[in-house]
Amino acid sequence: MSVLVFTENWDGKFKKLSFELVTYAADLAGLLGTTVTAVSLGKVEKDELQKLSVYGASRIIEIVDNALLTLDNQIYTNILGDTAEKEQASVLILSNNSTGKAIAPRLGVRLKAGIVSGVIGLPVSVDPFIVRKKVFSGKAIARMEIKSPLKILMLAQNSYELKKAERQAVIETLKSELPAGSAKTLVNKVEKQAGKIILTDAEIVVSGGRGMKSPSNWGPLEELAGVLGAALACSRPVSDEGWRPHEEHTGQTGKIIAPNLYMAFGISGAIQHLAGVSSSKVIVAINNDKNAPIFEAADYGVVGDAMKVIPELIKEIRTVKGQ
Amino acid sequence: MKILVCISTVPDTTTKIKFTENNSNFDTTGVQWIINPWDELALTRALQMKEDPSMSIESITVATVGSALTEPTIRKALAIGADNAIRINTEPVDAYYTAGQIAHQVRQKNFDIIMCGIESSDHNGSSVGGMIAEFLEIPSVSAVSSLKVENNCINVTRDIDGGREELTVQVPFVAIVQKGIAKEPRIPAMRGIMMARQKPLEMVQPVEMPVMTTNAGYETIPAKAPCKMIDPGDIRLLVQLLQNEARVI
Repeated sequence: MSVLVFTENWDGKFKKLSFELVTYAADLAGLLGTTVTAVSLGKVEKDELQKLSVYGASRIIEIVDNALLTLDNQIYTNILGDTAEKEQASVLILSNNSTGKAIAPRLGVRLKAGIVSGVIGLPVSVDPFIVRKKVFSGKAIARMEIKSPLKILMLAQNSYELKKAERQAVIETLKSELPAGSAKTLVNKVEKQAGKIILTDAEIVVSGGRGMKSPSNWGPLEELAGVLGAALACSRPVSDEGWRPHEEHTGQTGKIIAPNLYMAFGISGAIQHLAGVSSSKVIVAINNDKNAPIFEAADYGVVGDAMKVIPELIKEIRTVKGQ
Repeated sequence: MKILVCISTVPDTTTKIKFTENNSNFDTTGVQWIINPWDELALTRALQMKEDPSMSIESITVATVGSALTEPTIRKALAIGADNAIRINTEPVDAYYTAGQIAHQVRQKNFDIIMCGIESSDHNGSSVGGMIAEFLEIPSVSAVSSLKVENNCINVTRDIDGGREELTVQVPFVAIVQKGIAKEPRIPAMRGIMMARQKPLEMVQPVEMPVMTTNAGYETIPAKAPCKMIDPGDIRLLVQLLQNEARVI
């Protein structure tokens, strides 16, 4: 009857979202009077695994197999599904990130379990089991009741405060029983930029729109992002024009993000754009049009030329950071 | 090769979201309905693939789970180039129920590539595509930003954290597509609209399927405090506020 949480790793390391998931799982387990078991797939060192216990995992199951090095949705589903059944989990928690979206729906069918994606907090009630999620691209919240015995939740990123529980967890290493060559998807090539701050993980995001006027004006924005340790984003026209890669497009059909600070330069704030950024904790808008809708969504605003404001920002932030 | 594109009908993005009966139901009064933007990207890519003879795409079918009210969006999909359509005549109550209905149609009609948008802009569930694949026990690839048929192989690119992966997949499979798969959606031309009237739109009855989740009401998002405006000549003040008031830097 435990709460099972899938903690993905990135080249053998966990990140903030892993600890958010475990913290959430521990608080939910508290409400249900049970404990948290974390499941880790692929090679992770023991001291890294123990970090999960710091946030409240009492047991950690690690499953190591070469077939788990790349994400084959069916293999991941089979392994996590078997584990959930063996553990008789009552709730299975995954992140609402790309991996979660790839496997949670499959798990829902395999385990005949109701899923709610993009969950934004603890259940408002556990019997009936009701959780909240954003709907209509951030314009409202729905309360969703899950009717099946096993529940699957996909937790929205950056929506739950980390909290330490300081436990020591038991680590169990299991061998997977995957037949060789069972993957039906074959990864031919991986391109990855090392050390890049991932947009959906970033605590600060610096974003440029059409008001930046030209792709050659991105240098100062990149510098500002560097000073703040921020990820770069852009609006749809900027990505459609090819000024910036499509991975940076933030908004309705692009990435949905929820950083602590979102800084929009030369972005008018079309409703499609706001749909992707409205969950940010603080929004700063710099735009030369005082009537731009972005100011209705922003917490702080500057009516001015982004190209003049950015160098000032870099200078002032360097000063307060002592750089 | 036969492609199925799953489309969902959603309120236009600029719709003001309101609820009736003490926030229990979505108020559809005056709502303009559109094809879910991600599904529209999937359809756009499917059409591009069919236009490339080297990819040997035989037909593009669109499927939707919904009442007769969804027919205008289905006709639009036919007008921009889909060959035929299936409407499963029931409300898409939850993702499990909806995916189960579509999976049943795929079993009957043998599609090779099933394309779904990564989420819908109303419920934002991100679930139907993966569920269809699991019902059918076939591969699925999520966050697909490129899809091609090359020498009878299906090559896809999916976005991963900080990069991308290129994969080869066996058919049948489900491609759950996102930004990058296609750029501008197509606008129906008069000729397309005329032709769409003649294209087959098959209405089928739903199969028995359980419902796993139900809606227990809505909440509206409280209005934000007004924006604090800062003089462009005083960026130091902005930085101080971000540091000491908002505490985000």
